[in-house]
Amino acid sequence: MNARTVLDAQDIERAIVRISHEIVESNQGINNLLILGIPTRGVFLANRIAHSISKNYPEFELENSLGKLDVTMFRDDLSSRPSKQVTATTIPTASLENKTVVLVDDVLFSGRTVRAALDALVSHGRPKAVRLAVLVDRGHRELPIRADFVGKNLPTSFSERIFVKLTESDDEQSVVIVQ
Amino acid sequence: MKHLLSASDLDLEATLEILNLSLEMQNVNSRDVKKLPALNGRTVANLFFEDSTRTRFSFEIAAKRLSADVVNFTAKGSSVSKGESLKDTVLTLEAMGIEALIVRHHHSGAANTIASASWSNAVVINAGDGTHQHPTQALTDALTIRQHLKGAQDLGDLRGVRVLIVGDILHSRVARSNIDLLRTLGAYVALAGPATLLPQSSDTLVDSVHHNLDEALALGFDVVMMLRMQMERMNSVFVPNANEYSALWGLSSQRFESLKGKTLVMHPGPMNRGLEISSEAADSKQSVIVDQVRNGVAVRMAVLFKLLAQESSAK
Repeated sequence: MNARTVLDAQDIERAIVRISHEIVESNQGINNLLILGIPTRGVFLANRIAHSISKNYPEFELENSLGKLDVTMFRDDLSSRPSKQVTATTIPTASLENKTVVLVDDVLFSGRTVRAALDALVSHGRPKAVRLAVLVDRGHRELPIRADFVGKNLPTSFSERIFVKLTESDDEQSVVIVQ
Repeated sequence: MKHLLSASDLDLEATLEILNLSLEMQNVNSRDVKKLPALNGRTVANLFFEDSTRTRFSFEIAAKRLSADVVNFTAKGSSVSKGESLKDTVLTLEAMGIEALIVRHHHSGAANTIASASWSNAVVINAGDGTHQHPTQALTDALTIRQHLKGAQDLGDLRGVRVLIVGDILHSRVARSNIDLLRTLGAYVALAGPATLLPQSSDTLVDSVHHNLDEALALGFDVVMMLRMQMERMNSVFVPNANEYSALWGLSSQRFESLKGKTLVMHPGPMNRGLEISSEAADSKQSVIVDQVRNGVAVRMAVLFKLLAQESSAK
């Protein structure tokens, strides 16, 4: 097994700060912004992005702007392989109307998780726009989906595996490619 | 776990997993769009050899909210009345591509028979078999108790909760499933009923057994679960007459008033009002009988999702 670290702890921190600035820039401010993390590690990243935004914009209210969206029950591979545990979905605002939702996940690969997330979101209402932020885009898309905010583009071969480790869930913080 | 046949199949971890998944299903049920695509393209059958309102409808609604196709089989009006056997009925349904059977049968062990048979590949969910088990009712009751006593979003067990189950324990699959599940969750479970309607092994099943309802109620319980007098299963004389049963074992308005203010009143339905429970108790604020029904849909969604999407995949 050949493991290579492509992002270390500080690289990840910097990427999160940059993404949070890009989100505010593209939204032209913090109004009607809703950050939703996709479990498991997308929730941690969403949390950090939201905190990073509120550091620069104290009027950004975390309790109304940060949530999580479980997509397990919307996956298209439920009938072909056993699914993960379902976790709680928390959408802090009563309505998605006029909201710009930023979905956050750790790795963008086939795009199927994001497709499931879009379906899950639609069952909660109709946001004004949906954006996608990922820490790593590793290519090999199977659906016409792209990320708006990317921490790192990582060209990979299909057989390689990407491991994202964050302090919230793991004992270290890094992005590792394993061949 | 491929099937759900008995509440005793569920250990603490599996029980909490289903209860906590039910909370997510409740969130779905409170949205405008009450639908998940999780079981899209899967077919389940309600196989009911015995009458039912709550269980059959809640399973049907649960399956439909998960986007499964549902067919309903009732023994009346089917080839069972021409003498077709359980085996042939199941073979027929499976030949049409049904992947899960929700089975209600008047014989104890009917669901186990299908689940263990070499001629069936279906996922089997026991929706009540004779006087044996009714696991989804116990899950529904446990969720109802937890939400009322521990908070709507609580994720823990039922340690410290005292439950008194009253009435016809002998014929009650609801009681048997509740005893198993509530004790798995760490609750204190007591039984009260006439000696003729208590199983012989009662002492080993629960924490205490009482032969006088007023004395039992005086001990103080968090939950009083009244059971239906199952006239249709009584093949001999178990109680002298209905009036005497009601006087000794019914939750009359006087007995209800003697309960402390927070005690929950439960009944799995259908109720014989005036016999085992008075209308005053059934319609009171402490009564959570309607919540038991409401939670039934979410719990059955969780069970269907767990068995059909998480535990076994189509191919």
